[in-house]
Amino acid sequence: MNFSKIYALGLRHLYLIMNSFPRVLDLIYWPTVQIFLWGFISKFFTLNSDYYSNTVGVILTAAILYDFLFRASISFNMMFLEEIWSRNFTNLFIAPIKISEIIVSLTLTAILRTLIGLVPAVLISIPLFGVSILELGPPLVLLLLALYLFGISLGLFVTSGLLRFGPSFENIAWASLFFLAPLGCIYYPIDILPNILQILAKGLPLVHIFEEMRSILLNDSVNYSNIFISSIISVIYFVIGIIVFYASYFGAKKRGTLINMGE
Amino acid sequence: MFIQVKNLTKIYKDYLAVNKINFFIEKNKTIGLLGPNGCGKTTSIGMMLGLITPTSGDILINNKNLKSFSRDQILSRLNFASPYVELPKKLTVKQNLEIYGRLYGIKNLSERIDEISNDLDIKNFFDRKTGELSSGQKNRVSLAKALINKPEILLLDEPTASLDPDIGDFVRSYIQDYKSKNKVTILLASHNMSEVERLCDSIVMMRKGKIIDNGTCEELIKKHGRNNLEETFLKLARSKDEF
Repeated sequence: MNFSKIYALGLRHLYLIMNSFPRVLDLIYWPTVQIFLWGFISKFFTLNSDYYSNTVGVILTAAILYDFLFRASISFNMMFLEEIWSRNFTNLFIAPIKISEIIVSLTLTAILRTLIGLVPAVLISIPLFGVSILELGPPLVLLLLALYLFGISLGLFVTSGLLRFGPSFENIAWASLFFLAPLGCIYYPIDILPNILQILAKGLPLVHIFEEMRSILLNDSVNYSNIFISSIISVIYFVIGIIVFYASYFGAKKRGTLINMGE
Repeated sequence: MFIQVKNLTKIYKDYLAVNKINFFIEKNKTIGLLGPNGCGKTTSIGMMLGLITPTSGDILINNKNLKSFSRDQILSRLNFASPYVELPKKLTVKQNLEIYGRLYGIKNLSERIDEISNDLDIKNFFDRKTGELSSGQKNRVSLAKALINKPEILLLDEPTASLDPDIGDFVRSYIQDYKSKNKVTILLASHNMSEVERLCDSIVMMRKGKIIDNGTCEELIKKHGRNNLEETFLKLARSKDEF
């Protein structure tokens, strides 16, 4: 692993952000809108629902965590799509950088993009709605890690699709997270789902993460086994994501699509 | 012998793109890959760059099979430029060269960027975004990226396509000058016959995925009884025979 090359690829995306104020604004805009929207919904529910009456901001915290996952995944996809849009794909894939280094670089740089978008939104939620995700305490770090790993795994699946099917797969990149959202039990407990879907939902780390988040905020108790399970599931998806990415890369080499990839 | 291509074949599903081609390039020589559109030039270059997996056949570099090199081991010795492949448009010229210099692990990168940008006369638009440049400017930046690692093997796919005669001549003169000062083996795919005549030591003619003839410009012109390379190209491209 050559960290200088990983840094170089990260720098490419950092320069892209730094060169364009609208791009920075775009990164911040959507999470902030989300926070405002869910902040007001959260406030309304807090005032009108018995379930949420004891804890301010369960929905808003869920929205922030879900947005973290969403931004992580989209950031990974976006950075890959940037190479396709700019017709730089061939240059990147003939540079002496290993596929593993590309994955590590995108994974690390996605954190930066995610935080640029989310930190201002999280900070706004404190004075505006009196909600801070820091109320989750030390488990927050583990929950964020599990979410991040799962977000990157989804990014890997989508980018594998881009390698396999070309730029036409782009729409799936945007829709990917919405497919899973209903099963993720982000805003409601898992009991709401029909039995069959509960089984499927438990195969996702989201259910365990968001159940744990609610448990911490509503019952003030931390169940580390939930966090452990979510982390293990996220790691499994991440490993599968890497395998699928490699398979797609070798498949693209066979089909000859790497040389013509571009809009 | 530096690069040897042996029975190289690429089949896409039921389409035979490259059909058992054989050729070699001696060290520090320039070979021209000619042929009509769709004859398999880009696929052949793609296989040499490791972007396309051959269906069968081998590419040997210094008698060592390309497959036996690790990705970064071989790619650090190669580079490629084509007007159909671009650098990130939203990054400045300087940023692009810096990033590719880092990806190629160039030591004393600032000096190398300085050197190459002076040589290619790109300094006056160094801080402009690459996407805002004219075709000629983009072309020179692309060439700067392709030479940043002082490659032992340089693959050029139509390097002067869509350039005006003045810039086209500048690029050709630069490549000629670069060749004379540096040890580089070049594979040049082009449709510009005067460019090929000027830059190439020998030529490989392809049609429908196969090599139909090869030799030096003079040899081919003489062999086919034509006055220049363009006429020779037309004869070969339109002919049904192999030579």
